[in-house]
Order: sequence, then C-alpha cells, then structure tokens
Amino acid sequence: MRQPDGSSALLTTRIDAMLGWVRKNSLWPLPFGTACCAIEFMSSVSSHYDLARFGAEVVRFSPRQSDMMIVAGTITDKMAPVVKRIYDQMAEPKYVISMGACACTGGFYRAYHVVQGVDEFIPVDVYVPGCPPTPEALIDGILMLQKMIQRGETHYDRLKSRHDTRTATAD
Amino acid sequence: MTVSSPDTTQELQLLTERLPGESAARIEAAADGFLEVTTDRVHLMEVLRTLRDDPDLDCNLLLDVCGVDYPDREQRFEVVYHLRSLEKDHQLRVKVPLGQDDPAVPSAYGLWKAADWFERETWDLVGIRFDGHPNLRRLLTHEAFQGHALRKDYDPGQRWILTEAETMVPTWVEETPEDEDHFETQILNIGPSHPATHGTLRTVVRLDGEVITKAESEIGYLHRCFEKMSETHGWNQVIPYTDRLNYCSSMINGVGFALGVEHMLGIEAPPRAQVVRLILSEFSRLMDHAVCLGAYLVDVGALTNFWYFFQPREEIYGLLESCAGGRLTISYARVGGLAADVPADFERQVRYLLDYIPKFVDDVETLITTNRIFRQRTEGVGAISAEEAIAWGWTGPCLRAAGVPYDVRRARPYLGYEDYEFDVPIATTGDCYARYLVRIEEMRQSLRIIRQAIDNLPDGPVITDNHHAALPPKSKVYSEMEALIWHFKLIYEGIQVPAGDAYTATEGANGELGYYLVSDGGGRPYRVKVRPPCFPIMQTYPHLLEGHMVADSIAILSSFNIIAGELDR
Repeated sequence: MRQPDGSSALLTTRIDAMLGWVRKNSLWPLPFGTACCAIEFMSSVSSHYDLARFGAEVVRFSPRQSDMMIVAGTITDKMAPVVKRIYDQMAEPKYVISMGACACTGGFYRAYHVVQGVDEFIPVDVYVPGCPPTPEALIDGILMLQKMIQRGETHYDRLKSRHDTRTATAD
Repeated sequence: MTVSSPDTTQELQLLTERLPGESAARIEAAADGFLEVTTDRVHLMEVLRTLRDDPDLDCNLLLDVCGVDYPDREQRFEVVYHLRSLEKDHQLRVKVPLGQDDPAVPSAYGLWKAADWFERETWDLVGIRFDGHPNLRRLLTHEAFQGHALRKDYDPGQRWILTEAETMVPTWVEETPEDEDHFETQILNIGPSHPATHGTLRTVVRLDGEVITKAESEIGYLHRCFEKMSETHGWNQVIPYTDRLNYCSSMINGVGFALGVEHMLGIEAPPRAQVVRLILSEFSRLMDHAVCLGAYLVDVGALTNFWYFFQPREEIYGLLESCAGGRLTISYARVGGLAADVPADFERQVRYLLDYIPKFVDDVETLITTNRIFRQRTEGVGAISAEEAIAWGWTGPCLRAAGVPYDVRRARPYLGYEDYEFDVPIATTGDCYARYLVRIEEMRQSLRIIRQAIDNLPDGPVITDNHHAALPPKSKVYSEMEALIWHFKLIYEGIQVPAGDAYTATEGANGELGYYLVSDGGGRPYRVKVRPPCFPIMQTYPHLLEGHMVADSIAILSSFNIIAGELDR
C-alpha cells in the first residue's frame, strides 16, 4: 500500500500501528534453549519474574505457532543447521532475540565447534548480553523488541518495506 | 583424597602378584591414591580382564577412558583408563602408550559396556582407534569435521562449517523388518529441537506400533570445546568454564576442579573456605535436583511442581548472588579457596533458606509421591538392575535408585564430609519412580548437611596465604614489595602446578564428577579430562528404551537429568 514516492497512505499507517500494537503484546516465544541461558529463561517464565506480565508467556515449542525465537545458549556448528531450519519454519512476522554472550558472539568459547554469534546465519533483532543474562535483562530485551515492533524497526519490517518499495516500483 | 600409605602398599603388592611381569611394564602408587599400571596394547586386554575378574581386585566400575597427546614423546599418545572397585575400594589407572603411526588399542566394550561412548569420544577428539568397537563413529563433533581436536597440533579456533543439517541415519534404519509380525514398523526421529529432549539430544527410534524396538542417540549438539579451551587458559581461568559444565549446580564443578589443582599443588583451602564450599555445594545439589524434578514432572504432565520448585531456587539464587555476584554461573571457587568472603548476613540468609525450602519439598511430595497418574507413568518404567547400571558406568542418584549405596561423599570424603551426619538414600527398583524418590530424599539430606555446617562455620580467611597459588590481598600489593612481586608473577606466569597427573572425584548432582588433570609444570593445564556424570547414563538410554512406549522414552530421559553442558562439554 506504499505510494511510489515512498510515503504511506494515512489508512495503512494506522493499520500498521494497530498491527504492531497487537503483535507486540502477544509475542509467543519459541525458546531455542540449549545451555545455561535456558535455565535463566525458565526463571523468567516462572512465578518470580512472570513473563506473563508482558504478554509473552505462551511458550510454544513448535515453530509454526510462535513468532519470537529466543536463542538461549551456545549454538555449535553441529546445531547451526537445526536453528536455521527451525527459524525458516516460523511464519512471518517473526522476531529473534539472541540471549546471552554465546548466542550473540560465541562468548568465551572462541573454539573449533562453536558458532561465533547466531547472526552468522539468522537475522537478530535484539541482542541481550550476559553470561547468562539475568531474567531482568531478558525482560528488558523483550520490552525493547516490543518498542521496535511498535515503531516498525524490526528486521521483518525492514524486509517488508524493502519488498513493498520493490513491488511499488515495479508497478 | 589420599589413601593412607600402608593401604596402598598392600594393594600394590596384591596387584604385582596378580599381574605377571611381562603384561604390566610398570606398577606404582600414584600420589592421588590411584595405583598406576603401565602396559602395552598387546597385554592391555589381559590386564583389564584380570582387573575386572579377579575377585580380590574386582574393578567393576569403569570411570573414564581418555587419550592424551604428548607430541614430544617417543610414544606420542597415551590412553588412560580409570577404574574403581565399589566393593574393595581400589582405584586404578591403566596407561597405554602408543606410537604415532598406528594409534590403536583393542576396545574394552566387551568388558565394560561403559567403554562405548568414552571410546567413541576418544576416537573423535584424540584420534585413537579402538579395534573391535561396535560403532566407532564420531560422537561429539559433526560429520563434516576434519581432524582430531584435542591433538596438540590442532588449532583451537579451526572450525568446519556444516551447511546441511546432519542426517545421522543409523545403519539399522535400512534393514527395517517388514514381515507379518512387524507390519507397522516405522522410524521416528526425536529431537534435537524437541521440548522433552531439553534442547540438545537426538534419538532415532524404530517403532513397532507404539513400542520402541531399537534406538540410537546422537549427542554433541552442545559440544563447546571445554577441554580444548582449558588448555589455552590459566588454571584459575578454567573455573568459569567448569561452571558451564553442569550449569544447574555450577558451584560443585568449580569446587571439584579447585580441589584437583590444590591436590596437585599440595595445598589446602582454609577451613572457612571449605565449609562455605560445602554449604554452597549442597545448595547447588538442591537446586539441581529441583530443576531436574521440576522438568521431569512437567514432561510427565505435572506443571504445578515446576513453579513450586522454581520459587526456592530463586531464593537460593539470592544467596549465591550476594556471595559471588552471579546467579547461575557464579565462578566463586578459586584454587586455594574462594574469590571473596561471604557477606556479613550469610548465616542469617542460610538459616532463612533452611526454614523456607522444606515446605516446597513437602508440597511436591504431597502432590506427587502417591499420585496415581504419576506412579502409573513411572513405576517399572526404565528399570535397570544394579549390575547393569554398574556395567554401564552409572553413578549418583540413578545408581543409588538401583540399590547401590555408592556416594563419593561417603566412599572418598572430601571437604570434610566425613564429619557430617547424613544418610545416603537408596531405592531398590531402579525405575523412574525410584529415581524420583531418591532425589527428593537427597534434597532433605542436603538440608541436613547444611544445617550442621552452618552451626560450625569457622572464622578466618577464605583463601590460602600460599602465594604460589593465590594472589596476595590488594592492600598488600600496593604497600609491600614482596606482595607486588607475587602478584606480578602469578598474573604473568600463572600458577605453576608441578608436572604430573591426578584424578579427583567429587559427588556432583548427577553422580561422580571426576577431573583428570595433567600438568607439564607450566601456567596452563596440559590436559583436562572431565568425567561427566551423566555421560555414561546417557549412553545407556537407547538400550534402555527398547521395549518401551514412545511416551515412556520421555519419562526415562527426564528422570536421568541429562545436562547437555556436561554431557557434551
């Protein structure tokens, strides 16, 4: 619905905003937990930190039912194709939080079998530092992702606007 | 850890009698209480069989098999077996030096089933071939991997990228029987991304209807090169890595490693450090059992208990955070003591926890122990006999659930465990339900130990004043020349651990956590081999599955408490 000059019509902007508002408040996480960070993710969803307060407690292990992948833990070279495949199976719009030093950069495993950051093969929206991050840090990351969704700054939005522009130019 | 010397002399004599001169080149007592037998590959099987079958030696538990690479030696490789006799209390280490041209030994799988994955791992990482092994494939690294990572000439950062998802298909998949008895046979892949496999395990099963007739597990999805990383860091820098082995009870790992290094250095941590280590280790054991049981009960459909168990965990995290600054991976142990003293209100916090935790354990017991659904799902499921469990190398709560009262805290006390009153709970049936019962009771015993320890928490320093091992206090570094020199030397050169090797065992939450440390006298470990407690348990899993339903496979796996961090390292 974007105009050829790149501006959006009033109506679509408001739909975008409404969709963003809806999406950000019901993120369904897919925890791709492999290591220590997964334990802290469990803490985040448990009663003490209660991720439900931010609308992100419906943990789904099926990629087809979730829209926020939380890569929690070290990803090894053996695991990388699996992560990629799970990510590809998620329906759009989809977002990725890279939780912890290992998922962000490989952490202190500068080693022969460890992926040096999951952004080697999937796009990441929010990086949460820490080894492992505290649940507060993860919640902060999720709140940041919510803001990005509202403002249309996620990787998905960038991809979509690029796609829209291309279609508009083709028209 | 050391065994008194007369005992060793007697053992040594016995061993010299039983192993004829030509089969064992050298028999000696090592400083870590192990008897060391050096042999060659021709006589290896004969030696191992004698050690296992001789009624006076009776080494029924194969603890560990590993390979060490010494490029400077004439015989480049060395295969090291660690054995223990549960009845006779012997500890033995068998070493086999091998030349570079043909590093191969006969497989010990026929003697101890436990050798299965240990030998595969040694083949994968060091490149030693085990002739006669039924399935000698790579275990931890992926199939596109080239070379053997723990050889000294392998660059720690050399990666091999796997582009296509690994398609490990066992050979038996092809030969699926299709006759009138097996008309509904199918192959099912479980994991690695499956909620009940806890992220990183994969099992391929063959089903006949809903009954599993064959299974094979694939691990290594979290192989993050702990052992290679240890070789590139100083002794104290390894402690943060050990935290991430069993990340549910990180304190136990760090303490185990520190004890090993202290043993090689011949020093001891001050009494206060020992007691704090013990208290936090027992809290870690509690947390580990809480996660294990919480996840286990979720997997069999009882979600409430998960929330019940995570609440006390949060409170324990509070204690750890106030001591060490971290919640989960705390890196609190140091060679020679602890990183810092505990906070002033440590005792108050511990006593609060001692009153707070039992209620949650009781609540879970009320909900679960006599729960009909839970008992139907777990009683008689995944049962194993004591002999089988020992043959597979099991230790810890899973072995005790099969009726063997083996606990390193009792058998080889460390940290002064001999001074505390506690029971080693056992069950007899060896099934999933027994494993649940043992863990619940161990949580209560841990609380009992902590209660005794906090009553007798000594005052004093928490780190040794031996500055060959520990940094002098900062205030002294700024005011005294000598302290400054010590500080400088320790930072630049690292702890100079005398050359040699030692195996140290502690009771981890899952069983015997052993560190086989090799030092060449430098500031870094030459080789660190961990004996991960859940590794031998996991290798039994595919064999145990046969004859069970698919739903049982989930209950069995969760009852083992497989922690990928220590399984894959």
